[in-house]
Amino acid sequence: MSLVEVTDLTVGFGSLRAVDGLSFRLEEGTALALVGESGSGKSTVAGALLGLHRDTGARVGGSVRVAGTDVQQASDEELRRLRGARAAMVFQDPLSSLDPYYAIGDQIAEVYRVHTRGSRRAARARAVEVLERVGIPDAQRRSRSRPHEFSGGMRQRALIAMALACEPDLLIADEPTTALDVTVQAQILDLLHTLREETGMGLLLVTHDVGVAAESVDEVLVMRHGRAVEHGPVGTVLGAPAQAYTRELLDAVPRVDAPRAASEPSDEVVLEATGLRREFGRGKRAFAAVDDVSLTVRRGETLGVVGESGSGKTTLGRMLVGLLEPTAGEIHYAGRRHTGVNPAVQMVFQDPVSSLNPRRSVGESIADPLRARGERDEQRIRGRVVELLERVGLEAVHYDRYPHEFSGGQRQRVGIARALAADPRVIVCDEPVSALDVTTQAQVVDLLGELQRELGLALVFIAHDLAVVRQVSDRVAVMRRGQVVESGPVDEVYDAPREPYTKQLLAAVPALDPEVAAERRAARRELAVA
Amino acid sequence: MSGFGGFVLRRALGMVVTLLAISVIVYVVFYATPGNVAQITCGPRCSPEQVHQVAEQLKLGDPLYLRYWHFLEGLFVGQDYSTGTSVAHCSAPCLGLSYQSDQQVMDIILTKLPVSLSLVLGAMVLWLLLGIGTGVLSAWRRGRISERLLTALTLAGTATPVFVIGLVLMIVVCGELQLLPFPQYVNFGDDPEQWAWNLLLPWLSLALIEAAAFARLTRASMLETLAEDHIRTFRAYGVGERSIVGRHALRGALAPVIALNANNVGSAVGGAVLTETLFGLPGIGQELVHAVKVVDLPVVVGMVLVVGFFVVIANAVADVLYAVADRRVVLA
Repeated sequence: MSLVEVTDLTVGFGSLRAVDGLSFRLEEGTALALVGESGSGKSTVAGALLGLHRDTGARVGGSVRVAGTDVQQASDEELRRLRGARAAMVFQDPLSSLDPYYAIGDQIAEVYRVHTRGSRRAARARAVEVLERVGIPDAQRRSRSRPHEFSGGMRQRALIAMALACEPDLLIADEPTTALDVTVQAQILDLLHTLREETGMGLLLVTHDVGVAAESVDEVLVMRHGRAVEHGPVGTVLGAPAQAYTRELLDAVPRVDAPRAASEPSDEVVLEATGLRREFGRGKRAFAAVDDVSLTVRRGETLGVVGESGSGKTTLGRMLVGLLEPTAGEIHYAGRRHTGVNPAVQMVFQDPVSSLNPRRSVGESIADPLRARGERDEQRIRGRVVELLERVGLEAVHYDRYPHEFSGGQRQRVGIARALAADPRVIVCDEPVSALDVTTQAQVVDLLGELQRELGLALVFIAHDLAVVRQVSDRVAVMRRGQVVESGPVDEVYDAPREPYTKQLLAAVPALDPEVAAERRAARRELAVA
Repeated sequence: MSGFGGFVLRRALGMVVTLLAISVIVYVVFYATPGNVAQITCGPRCSPEQVHQVAEQLKLGDPLYLRYWHFLEGLFVGQDYSTGTSVAHCSAPCLGLSYQSDQQVMDIILTKLPVSLSLVLGAMVLWLLLGIGTGVLSAWRRGRISERLLTALTLAGTATPVFVIGLVLMIVVCGELQLLPFPQYVNFGDDPEQWAWNLLLPWLSLALIEAAAFARLTRASMLETLAEDHIRTFRAYGVGERSIVGRHALRGALAPVIALNANNVGSAVGGAVLTETLFGLPGIGQELVHAVKVVDLPVVVGMVLVVGFFVVIANAVADVLYAVADRRVVLA
């Protein structure tokens, strides 16, 4: 009997069919990835395996058997005994997935006690044991910490420890590394790999990231609109996809090892920063988010800035556009020193949802920079906004619509149109595509490239995703702890990194080819030992 | 300064500053108003000599800041008052003298305070139990008939004035059923059992009204916490609903409840006038209303300060409790 048997599963919320007739099996000890873009229904499937849609108003049809339990027919009590004991789930956001009020060890102990009826002391000891197992140093002491005292990676380890507490046969991981930095992501994926080798548990991995799947599983099931598009061994599906959608998805994934078509930037320096420094906090608590960073941006070129969270890249971007005052250092625009906001240097923000005012039409938002510049003629404003909308691939009728009526990719186009409204020479893009699906990501990246060529724009492209940065940049700066540790032409930095940190970052990027992924894993082990 | 001790210390310092600010405002509002302060303070039936004496006593010839300093001095080290024939010592904390009743303000307050505290603290226990209990229950039973009934009841509770509930309770319990005698305040020190029996109805009427607000707040707050990701985690790990609701969701939902409670306790000490009047309890609220009616300035000033004191204390206690519940507060 298979560990998981899903037959003709349908899940509906209201009028929406999130999952529409999905069937698959997972044998004991094997790993399957559900891959798809947002809205494909992959997380809904994961929830259905544990019966999490019960009593939520969702309509569930078909049959789901997990570790011998018929999830659809099981009583509440039978379901409760399945959850956590035979099949355990690891969630995406490890901070919000743990109770902020209780110590981590106590939370794991509680789960253990629910299923084993062991003593408090035994449960606590088990909690420390599993925390040690997932690599939390000084587990005895750290088990008394609350979630906010852990780093992102440690929290995810703690959640995995909770999953291990009762030695389940199946681990369901729903985007387990999406909220993490790339080096931490590699550590967590390696941990899952090792644990599977040791315990022989099955893994159902839900992810939007094809690379993460390639690293971790035996089989891949590609989902779209709640249905299976393609299902097969990971090497076949990713290496020789049979379906058009799978190919499209794979083509859209940026490659860290593919050089980009060379552009021809001029020598004219438009933006130059020297010795930029920014401190936050006062007195003993003061720390420098950006510490002595100097860079130049030339007309028509893209400068990529990569770094992990907390490396200071967003602070740097905000200083470049004048949203933040530097503590020290200078910014020169077109050869002259400039302080404060500069209309010629615009910004595109990460989150297209929260960076647009939900109560104003997108046309009004795009018109803001025009009005700020003193334009009063409504006819001319509307004309210019429509022109900008069309320029970024939207239509004139979108002028009077509100942000919630747009998809993520469209909203980011609006954000770009707003940045263009001020006729800038430089656009600083802070994680412009990290909230988007890969296919949408590719479209937005293409749009930025087009605009750059046409308008001779200089771009500063800030991102944590090394592959995207390689795809778009001419030169790249690698940031760590507020400083630029390495910079240079993008191919040089990526193909022949000099700094150990850059090497570490590159080794952590998931590969699309399972064989390459295995090689990288081995390389990481060596780096870790060295 | 860091850590929990530092947090408490910072909070206590803030409390002292707030109290001082309140005293300045209250003093200025009441004693720097236009009109003959000495005449007002002494009362309408005072002779010119008496008014003159009060003016001397209050040092009305001095500038305002000196008079305030004098007032503060009384609070911290005490004061001597000449009543014309003899000199009375008013020991710290001295809030001055009520010339109309010839009593020290502190003495008046000290006789009224136990009554108010008995009423409010007892009622608080009831309203927290009732309010949080009802709120948790209706969050848990969301969408079912029992929950709708509870919601309707709490809405009715917030809309009913205390004198209606109190009167109905008295008529039914004391009049019709004769289960209890009509309430009459008994000192806790004299007879604790009678104290409790006599306060039962006032507690109930005050608590029923307050509980409604707490039930609604708890319900809303619980529903919010129940929708959070960590609740989903524990469900996905087979933890029972009882533990999820009672242990994880309730703890997260308590913060706004603690805050509301601090405000309500603090202000009820001086503000439960209706309940006090209805049940004939000689508490702060009643006395304050009386003092305002006869314009007994020193008493009004003293009482406002004392009530402010309790509001501030209650809020500080709430902040510390909140920090105990959620250590992240200490960091912020």
